[in-house]
Order: sequence, then structure tokens, then C-alpha cells
Amino acid sequence: MDQTRNNSTAEIETTVLGADEIILNMGPQHPSTHGVLRVKLKLDGERVAASECIIGYLHRGVEKIAEHRSYQQFAPYVDRMDYVAAVSNGLGYCEAVEKLLGAEAPPRARVVRTILTELQRIASHLVWLGTHALDIGALTPLFYCFREREEILKIFEKYCGARLTTHAFRIGGLQYETYDGFEEEVKRFCEDFSKRIEEYETLLTENRIWLGRTKGVGILNAADAIALGVSGPVLRASGVKWDIRKAAPYAAYDQYKFEIPVGKNGDTYDRYIVRMEEMRQSRLICLQAIENIPTGAIMARIGKVLKPPPGEVYHAIEAPKGELGYYIVSDGTTQPYRVRVRPPSFINLQAFDKMARGSLVADVVAIIGTIDIVLGEVDR
Amino acid sequence: MPLDNELVQRFKARFGASIIEATLDRKQAIVLVAAAQWLEISKYCRDEEKFDYLADLTAVDWPKREKRFDLVANLYSFPKNERLRLKAHLGENETVSTLIPIWPVANWLEREIYDMFGIRFDGHPDLRRILLPEEWVGYPLRKDYDILTQDKAWVKENLGIESGQ
Repeated sequence: MDQTRNNSTAEIETTVLGADEIILNMGPQHPSTHGVLRVKLKLDGERVAASECIIGYLHRGVEKIAEHRSYQQFAPYVDRMDYVAAVSNGLGYCEAVEKLLGAEAPPRARVVRTILTELQRIASHLVWLGTHALDIGALTPLFYCFREREEILKIFEKYCGARLTTHAFRIGGLQYETYDGFEEEVKRFCEDFSKRIEEYETLLTENRIWLGRTKGVGILNAADAIALGVSGPVLRASGVKWDIRKAAPYAAYDQYKFEIPVGKNGDTYDRYIVRMEEMRQSRLICLQAIENIPTGAIMARIGKVLKPPPGEVYHAIEAPKGELGYYIVSDGTTQPYRVRVRPPSFINLQAFDKMARGSLVADVVAIIGTIDIVLGEVDR
Repeated sequence: MPLDNELVQRFKARFGASIIEATLDRKQAIVLVAAAQWLEISKYCRDEEKFDYLADLTAVDWPKREKRFDLVANLYSFPKNERLRLKAHLGENETVSTLIPIWPVANWLEREIYDMFGIRFDGHPDLRRILLPEEWVGYPLRKDYDILTQDKAWVKENLGIESGQ
């Protein structure tokens, strides 16, 4: 009697209630996917059994466009990839073309580039922190983060007239001199900012809900991170102490003292701690740099028509999201033969499946946030 | 500029004629290898030469050359803090072994190359387009694909317009 009853219950569950795995679609218009990311989840109850990211909604063919523009004309396009860190994109591209030309930006230009790029790193991390916290349910940090980011954008606007897609640098150096009061404003921001980070940390670091939502969530160990090509804060949170600013210094990073924060567990909480500490280190770099900006030219003598000798170069920088590389092939004409962008967001996003498998549906939102992707860069 | 350092000598001792050429361009080492040995040489790079990180994998199209594609892998070594570029030439319909068993990161990178250049990777478990729609016809980063070209039939069917331009 019992046996038949059990059988019929099991039958009802599989036929009427359906205890099978289900497919859940997130996006592409879901607010927590930070743009147009679509994630297909295979769910076993509340657990993620498998996942697939569907991307390309924002594909504009940036690499193809590059082949039909001169080297200088393509420079503003790179700002439209990682559009929350346009300055970093520009730095990577300009330095790659300079390497291809065998030219180097003058010392003054390199220091100003370093300051603006580090401010951009802070701004990018602030967008990450605000939106990531918002996704998990903490509303307040978003307003605080955007308040401080606004100060950085004001500095950009005063410097070059644009706030987001700045095109702040030129191949060979800088277009504009710094404005009067630049150093004071950067200094004032940096001095103020240390108190602001304390504020964010008061809200989150020991917050029980925050700990519950981030500790042990989306774990990625060091071996997997390296095999999956992950870079930037995500890699460092897994315990790999590697930062291109130290490993192969560019701009003026070899002149400044700073630490590379690393995590231990490779979970969402460690990635949070690593990025918070990175903002502190960026602040220290800015403070050191404004103390002593060299005088002199801001533009190298490279001529108006750029014709790099035939050949190729790969140049990578530590963008806020990870290794941003430019592989440029020249055929000796004024237009690049091929520009390949090694996008940190695209490659880090591939690790999403590894991090999400076995976690709860509710954690998927935290994991997307912690990778810190920008779809403009994923899709290019 | 030809390159002949200890690394290249070890490569040549191990793989002989499969190491076609080693050059230095803007102080960056480039080793051109035979496509047939792509997987073995990559495995050797990771295991013996400690190039444990595949930073990037991409392709370049040279339509006038007999073998039109360059397959380009940018490797990095954490222990040595060194970069190395591996290259192989591929003909139009030639396939090459996937690198997923060596570096799982190659999965999406190879899908992107397939999407943009139409190069096929043997043993890839999921070789589909990644950025363009699956039904799209044509490979946009090939040099004979004009910048204004698009799959008009796809655009008409899916977007309901004559042209996206």
C-alpha cells in the first residue's frame, strides 16, 4: 500500500509539479546585468546547474572600423569600449601606437597620464561598488559613490571638456596642458577621498547582510583563474599577486610606491576588499604624482602623418577591469592593418559559468556584479 | 630581426622543422610554428617553458598570401614575467586544433575567431558564433568583407528594414 502511494506521489511530482530542471532567462534587459547581457540558467531547484552567457547585443565592429581609419582617427573609438573607464582605454591605445612608432611620450605627459588614469580607476571602481551594492540590496552606497565620481568627472571636464568618453590623450603625449589649479583639485579630492572610503566601508565591510551575500559566493581558485585567463582584481582576489603596473611598468608607474592588494579565498567578498584597497592605492599614486609633475613638453615630435614601419606590437596595461591589450599590425600605411583589442571584461565574463555553478539563483546577480563587466567592451 | 636565444634553441631542438621562423619585432619575441603542431607546441610552452597564461588569441587576414590567415597567440609566463607570441599560418579551409585542453580561456577566443574569420578549430566542443547572430552569413574581419557589407537577408528578416546603414 505504502509503496504504491510513494510511487504515485513521485509520479505526480514529475508530471504535474515537474521536478525537472528548468531553464531561466535573465536579460538582456535585466537591470542587474549592467547593460545588455543575457544569461541562460539551467536550474535544479534553487541551484544553478549550468549557465550560458549570450552576448553581442552591443557589437559595433570596432576592430573593423579601426582598419578604415587613420591611427589618430581611431583613438576616440576606443573610449566607447569600456565607457566607464575611457581614459584607461585611451592610454592603452596611445601607448601601443607609440610603441609601434618607436616613440615615447615626454615625462610630463606620462605623469599627467598616470594621474588621470588612476583617477579613472577610482571612478570605475566607484561605479562598480555603487551598482554591485545596489544589486545585492544596499541602496545607499550608490549615491555616495556617484557623488565622489562626480568630482573626478569634473576634473576630466575641466581638463579636456568631456566627462565620459574623454579622448584625453593623443598619440605621442597630450593635446592639452593641465588647467590652473589642477594639482590643487586633485589633491583636495584625494585628501577628502580617504574619509569617503571609510564611509563606504562603514556601510558594508562588516555589515552582516553584506557578509552573508558575498562571503563564499562565486569562488574562483587561483589555478582556475589562470587557466580561464582572468585578470585584474578578479585574479588578484584569487591570490595571484600580479599587476601589469608592477610587472611591466608603463606611463610613469615605475616612479611611485604602491602595494598590490591580494585576496585569499577568491570569493565575492575578497574581490570587494581588493577593489576597495586598490582605490586607496590609486589615491596614494595620485598624491605622489602631483607632488612632482615634471615641466617641459607634453607632446613628442612624431609628425602629423603617422606611418609606423611595417610590423606589429602587443601592448597591455592594467585597466580597472584587468589586462587591456592592444595587438596592432602595421603595413606601413597611415591606417592600421589590424587592431585587436584584448578585452578584460570579455575574458573575465567567461569565468562566470565556473563561479556560478552550484550557487543559488539569488547569488547570480552578485556574481555578475563582482566580475565588473562593461558590455561595451565585451561586445566591442 | 631574426631571433636566436636559448628559448628558440630549445624550441628547435625539440620540434625541429616545425619551428619555421623566430623573430624579434619591437623587442617582442615571435615564433612562427607549423599549424600541424599547434597543440603540441602550446602544451610544451605551458608545461616546459612555463608560459602558463594565454593572454590573447586572435587572427589576421592576408588574402594575397598562399596561406591567408595568421593565427596569433599571445602568451605570458607568471614565473618568468615574459611574453611570447606564437603564430601559425593557415589556409582558407585549413583547420587547426583547439587549445581548450591547454588553456580553457581559448573557448570564447576561438569562437570569436570563428565568428570573425571563419577559421575552424578541431575538437572545439561548442564552435558557434559568439558576437554575431548564429544565422549571419559572412566573416566580417576578413579583408574581402567590405566595411559596408552586411547580411541583408538577415537584417530584412529579423529587423524588418531594407538596410542597417
